[in-house]
Amino acid sequence: MRLLPAAATVVLVILMLASLLIGVAQVDLLAAWRDPYAMLVLMESRLPRTLAVLLTGAALSVAGVVIQSLVRNRFVGPDTSGTAEGAALGLLAITILVPGSPIWLRMIAASASAMVTTALFLAVIRRLPVREVMLVPIAGLVLSGVLGAIVTFVGWQADLMQYVGTWLMTGEFSGVIAGRYELLWIAGLAAALAWFAADRLAILSLGDQVATGLGLSTATVMRLGLTVVAVVTAMVVTTVGMIPFIGLVVPNLVARVMGDNLRASLPVVAVSGALLLLTCDLVARLAVYPFELPVGLILGILGGGIFLWLLHHRPAHG
Amino acid sequence: MITVEGVNHQIGSVRILHDIRTRLPEGRLTALIGPNGAGKSTLMRLIGRLEALQSGRITVAGHDLATTRTGELAKIMAILGQNTAIASRLRVAELVGFGRWPHHKGRPRPQDRDKVSQALEAFALTSLANRFLDEISGGQAQRAHIAMSFAQDTPWLLLDEPLNNLDMAHARGLMTLLSELVRGQGRSVAMVVHEINYAAAWADHVIAMKDGRIMAEGDPDTVLTEAVLSKLYDTPVSVGRHRNRPLVLHHA
Ligand SMILES: Nc1ncnc2c1ncn2[C@@H]1O[C@H](COP(=O)(O)OP(=O)(O)O)[C@@H](O)[C@H]1O
Ligand SMILES: [Mg+2]
Repeated sequence: MRLLPAAATVVLVILMLASLLIGVAQVDLLAAWRDPYAMLVLMESRLPRTLAVLLTGAALSVAGVVIQSLVRNRFVGPDTSGTAEGAALGLLAITILVPGSPIWLRMIAASASAMVTTALFLAVIRRLPVREVMLVPIAGLVLSGVLGAIVTFVGWQADLMQYVGTWLMTGEFSGVIAGRYELLWIAGLAAALAWFAADRLAILSLGDQVATGLGLSTATVMRLGLTVVAVVTAMVVTTVGMIPFIGLVVPNLVARVMGDNLRASLPVVAVSGALLLLTCDLVARLAVYPFELPVGLILGILGGGIFLWLLHHRPAHG
Repeated sequence: MITVEGVNHQIGSVRILHDIRTRLPEGRLTALIGPNGAGKSTLMRLIGRLEALQSGRITVAGHDLATTRTGELAKIMAILGQNTAIASRLRVAELVGFGRWPHHKGRPRPQDRDKVSQALEAFALTSLANRFLDEISGGQAQRAHIAMSFAQDTPWLLLDEPLNNLDMAHARGLMTLLSELVRGQGRSVAMVVHEINYAAAWADHVIAMKDGRIMAEGDPDTVLTEAVLSKLYDTPVSVGRHRNRPLVLHHA
């Protein structure tokens, strides 16, 4: 158990080196410091891509933990709670209303809109009977579906389907180069914010009664959690497109082993998420080399399998 | 002292509580009794500010609930609701540890760790400390929840049916512990008690509720009588005595 974090770190470093080395252009890492071309490939393409994958995997997994504490249900993620579709809706709106708007305005629009739709999800599930554990993910899927349909409709009308596709359908990293992924650091920062609120989020998932009894302002923690989930998702959606499953599967796997003491488990969640996504990205790059598969496809297969396994191996009391 | 003045409560158009006016004495063990649906849990939740007050006024140790910050109240009273089922996968020690959160806000000090181990010890949970809550029995989980409220170490302790799921030995152990808190440390406890003889044996003060109203209140000898209890539960009971306390019998 104690060796696990160390082992995970070693594996992560190995995978990062692999990620830096693998690609169509042959690059000798050791020679890079005196080979300007190799250095260019490394700094402009390989390193940004590797960092983008790590940040996305870590931040989405942390966002998954946060949304699961907010709704007190393990079977949701930022991709099934209306959040990604909300971000896309915000991006569409700002693209149509303020053409050529600066990037920061687009980020704010995407985050704010994602926050509204996720709050809508919370409002919907608050009315569901608590014991019906499976109604929550179903409600999330339905809401995501409806919002996704709206996005598609508006995108179609405004002739922006190409963008909608890159935001919601095919999250992938092949287009990542220096200068086009840095927003993901904001996602990383938002995820780090969750760690500072780890105790509060853990207490919130004990229920409103316990949280209030311990003197917690549940509304404040809710807002903070919403902000984290919305900002992480909005940054990912705009930069690389939504990545499915990771925010659902990683929190579940880690909780199974470590439990829900978030102060201890969130760093592990972040590292595991980075690890899983990097593995999938490497598979996506190598499976039909020199061509690439979308990483979402690999994750869909792997994540779907893990999710089915989780459904059949639920802990005794859910 | 806890004072409740003119408290009405309704859900939708249904009146749950009717003009409740009462006092819970300080340094005493108060038992709330009454049939199912009498409004005991509702009153407890209102006092514990888990439910918003619709009318009237409640003060706890001189602090008006309407004007005192919830974080401040968490250092004055600990409340354990009736429904303690949670979906979180926490270890017993972690749950009990959250009882200290109002005091340290995320930075546990040595005295916080001491209180947690004392609480684990007091509820015979030390050997279960590292077990997950979803991997222990219902009674053990119930004890873990009570231990969390205990670790909160507040002048007032409010417990809604804490004896649920507890076997006879642990129920007795809890009552002994609570009366020791009251008599030894001068703390105040208010609890909803389902099994009336626990109130008869341990309570200093009894409040009997029915249909959202207080039907009788006072010391056990004046409340736990055949006349009051038969009317309270709409069923004939006889009251004997055992070790100079009332003993309620309801065998046919
Ligand atoms: N959410 C609710 N909606 C409607 N009625 C409720 C609700 N919760 C409780 N009640 C009603 O309020 C009354 C008092 O409930 P409660 O305080 O739980 O009683 P007790 O704890 O004494 O058994 C009951 O008649 C119950 O049916
Ligand atoms: Mg009750």
